[in-house]
Amino acid sequence: MKRHESMASGSSGLSVAVLVSTGRHSLTGRPGRADQDARAVELALNVENSHIRLFHAGEPGEECREALRGYLGMGIDSISLIEQSADADVSAALEEILRESKPGLVLTGTQAEQGEGSGLLPYMLAESLGWSLIAGLVSIESIEGNQATILQALPRGQRRRLKVRLPAIATVDESAARARQSAFGPAQRGRIDTISHDSSTDEALAGLSIKAARVRPKRLKIVKSKSARDRFKAAAAKSEGGAGQVLSEVSAQEGAEAIFKLLQDENVLSI
Amino acid sequence: MLNILIPLLLAVSLVLGAVGAFRRIAMWRRGRPSPVNIMKGLASIPRRYLVDLHHVVERDKYIAHTHVATAGGFVASMVLAIIVHGFDLASGILGWLLLAFTAIMFVGSVLVYRRRINPPARLSKGAFQRLPKSLIAFSLGMFLTTLPAVGLMPENAGSWVFALVLVVLVAWGLSELVFGMTWGGPMKHAFAGALHLGFHRRQERFGGGRSTGLKPLDLDDRTAPLGVIKPEEFTWNQRLGFDACVQCGRCEAVCPAFAAGQPLNPKKLIQDMVAGMTTGTDAKYAGSHYPGQSGEHQIGSGGVLVARKGEALVDPDTLWSCTTCRACVEECPMMIEHVDAVVDMRRHLTLEYGDTPGKGADVLDNLIATDNPGGFSPTSRMNWAADLELPLIKDRERTEVLLWLGDGVFDMRNQRTLRALIKVLRAARVDFAVLGNDERDSGDLARRLGDEATFQSLAKRNIATLAKHQFDCIVTCDPHSFHVLKNEYGDFGGHYTVYHHSGYLDRLIGADRLSFAPAMPGTVTYHDPCYLGRYNGEYEAPRAVLKALGLNVNEMVRSGYRSRCCGGGGGAPVVDVPGKQRIPDMRMDDIRETGAEIVAVGCPQCTAMLEGVVEPRPQIKDIAELVADALTDRPDPRHKADQQEPLEVIA
Repeated sequence: MKRHESMASGSSGLSVAVLVSTGRHSLTGRPGRADQDARAVELALNVENSHIRLFHAGEPGEECREALRGYLGMGIDSISLIEQSADADVSAALEEILRESKPGLVLTGTQAEQGEGSGLLPYMLAESLGWSLIAGLVSIESIEGNQATILQALPRGQRRRLKVRLPAIATVDESAARARQSAFGPAQRGRIDTISHDSSTDEALAGLSIKAARVRPKRLKIVKSKSARDRFKAAAAKSEGGAGQVLSEVSAQEGAEAIFKLLQDENVLSI
Repeated sequence: MLNILIPLLLAVSLVLGAVGAFRRIAMWRRGRPSPVNIMKGLASIPRRYLVDLHHVVERDKYIAHTHVATAGGFVASMVLAIIVHGFDLASGILGWLLLAFTAIMFVGSVLVYRRRINPPARLSKGAFQRLPKSLIAFSLGMFLTTLPAVGLMPENAGSWVFALVLVVLVAWGLSELVFGMTWGGPMKHAFAGALHLGFHRRQERFGGGRSTGLKPLDLDDRTAPLGVIKPEEFTWNQRLGFDACVQCGRCEAVCPAFAAGQPLNPKKLIQDMVAGMTTGTDAKYAGSHYPGQSGEHQIGSGGVLVARKGEALVDPDTLWSCTTCRACVEECPMMIEHVDAVVDMRRHLTLEYGDTPGKGADVLDNLIATDNPGGFSPTSRMNWAADLELPLIKDRERTEVLLWLGDGVFDMRNQRTLRALIKVLRAARVDFAVLGNDERDSGDLARRLGDEATFQSLAKRNIATLAKHQFDCIVTCDPHSFHVLKNEYGDFGGHYTVYHHSGYLDRLIGADRLSFAPAMPGTVTYHDPCYLGRYNGEYEAPRAVLKALGLNVNEMVRSGYRSRCCGGGGGAPVVDVPGKQRIPDMRMDDIRETGAEIVAVGCPQCTAMLEGVVEPRPQIKDIAELVADALTDRPDPRHKADQQEPLEVIA
């Protein structure tokens, strides 16, 4: 145990890689930091004695650089911009870079603000690298040797403490601490180092046509509440998963019945 | 013995004074460059001293008379003493003149002494308590020493003890008044103050002029520091200005943040700047502290005035408490620019540290992403006026008036003011148009929060938009936009004729384009917005409009150039530094004192701040609303005035 602590606080420190995307403002579409990725950078900056590297894989252009400067403004010296074509599947390039740079921990947002935005990238990287993946990271409590103690976000503001073996990839939840202000001076001084890298065309994406999303009308949430507390709970509810129950060590028949009943309750099945 | 000692003392003190002066000047010059015309500056000092400075000092009659007697007496006595005693030319009238001036100085010194017996809280104590005694010592010593020279007393009169006493008195006076002036004693205000008048960073302020726009940062020059964090990053004449402070505390007495118990005292701030340049500690400061703070403060590690973590001379909250109301600058007899210093340091905190407190970071992010502080969609700027059919300037070839709406378009209270103003403009058949969704925030808020980069981005884009259109003048109901458009866009190539709506309404009334029903009953007072009054000198037009409406204005004690801020300027509501009370509550007490039922305002910020005071309180009405309510002629069917225009254009 002692030995592990000394390793964690040793001069080498933990190497943290943050995968950042270019953000797009929801109203004006202007480039900037992506909120979740900025929170990931904030988490990385708060890991004591860490060595942080930021990676972005994408098409280098003025908008891209402007967005990346938002991260530099948080006090980051440089960002590695892995050059990719506009239609590339960046997971291959990122996998290779991560394999080379061997970070202890990889942080990234849950979902990009533009492009495909499927949120699948961290899962694909975790699978191909064979590293563990944590979804919904909200804070890193401690790092001891190659084990990290982290908090994971659950619905309704609940938190779960996990011990994770490193290296690992974590997606940062939107309830993680807010990113610090991006300052103009460091943003201008920070370096964007471009790394040339072959692009592999995203065949799946090429077959799709992309158009702007239409704002869908919000589903009305009917709250039958009697007290202010109920209304508050309803308003603060993060997702509708609150009424769930954990079934363990039940037979397949019982499990199937429970699922069947839930689908009936939710009016998915009308049998 | 005296004939040898006195000239010797004079010579020694002058030499020491000269050495001190060179050292002091070298210390100031350690700041950043700021070009001034040395000869012209020096030549302008006497006039600026006698006119501009005295104009401010005169607001306190007691100290004005005292100062004339003491300072005038001293300067004359010193020159005469050098001639009479230094060159032994006591013959004729000179000796008598010296006697007369030392006597005048003595009277002044006694008045200074009286002031210091039970000094008001705003005055600093410490070495300043010693100063009247030194003044008395000099004037008395010099007076007595001169008596034998004019033959009123025999040479070598009295014993050697008397001679020794005289020598001690003169030596004491000379050390305080001559070389103390350049070695950092309380008299340094005379030396630094005189030079500051000549080399002031805002030369336009003298001779009745005005200079209130913030100085731009050169963002393209990567080597230039972004704002100020170390004393050397101020320009040399700013440093000179700090050193001119005489610690009279007039700024402290008028500062709204100080009165509200927020941790700001303009006098202490300037003294901290002096401490940063000299000793690095505020241990010797003997005036009021920042409210809620006490004890000694040292300059931070690395020579910083404001520390990123831990303590330094100045706490960030001190800087963020400032409402940039300029009351301190207006009141300062030494013409020190407190607000420039505050914004310079805020610039560093925002642009380098990224530490804009409170909602500051959100507001700046919104300004960057949506061009308005509230983060509203820029395409929804005109939603409030959907029923008004406002003419857009892009549909018109030219227009007389470009109506700058400001970010108040997103605020329901300000929308009422805007509606009233549009009703009045239509009643007066004014040919006007708006930018619509092409308008952006003027950049005022970003700039006062220290984000010069966002300000410049907004300013340059607004200037580019304005350049596409033809108009005679801009009218706005927001004094902050008014100030920025009028005084701060010029540095980026935007020069416009800009009117605050009160000024424009005053012109309309003067041109007989509006007619009013008899005044409604009720008493009215008027609250001067800082950015209209102190920033732009417009005190008359709003009052003239109210008078034209038949309203009698019950003036507040603090009105005109002494108006107290509403607390809404400089991003203060955004960063929201806690204090003991709220500034708008204090201002509402000022208003209540007049017994007025309505307070006329001319600024969306003032409206919001004053309406935030809990009822019961006087009603808050914008001048545009009061004018709209009093109109007799019904406005034309909606856009008759607008329809006339295209005809003119075709013809």
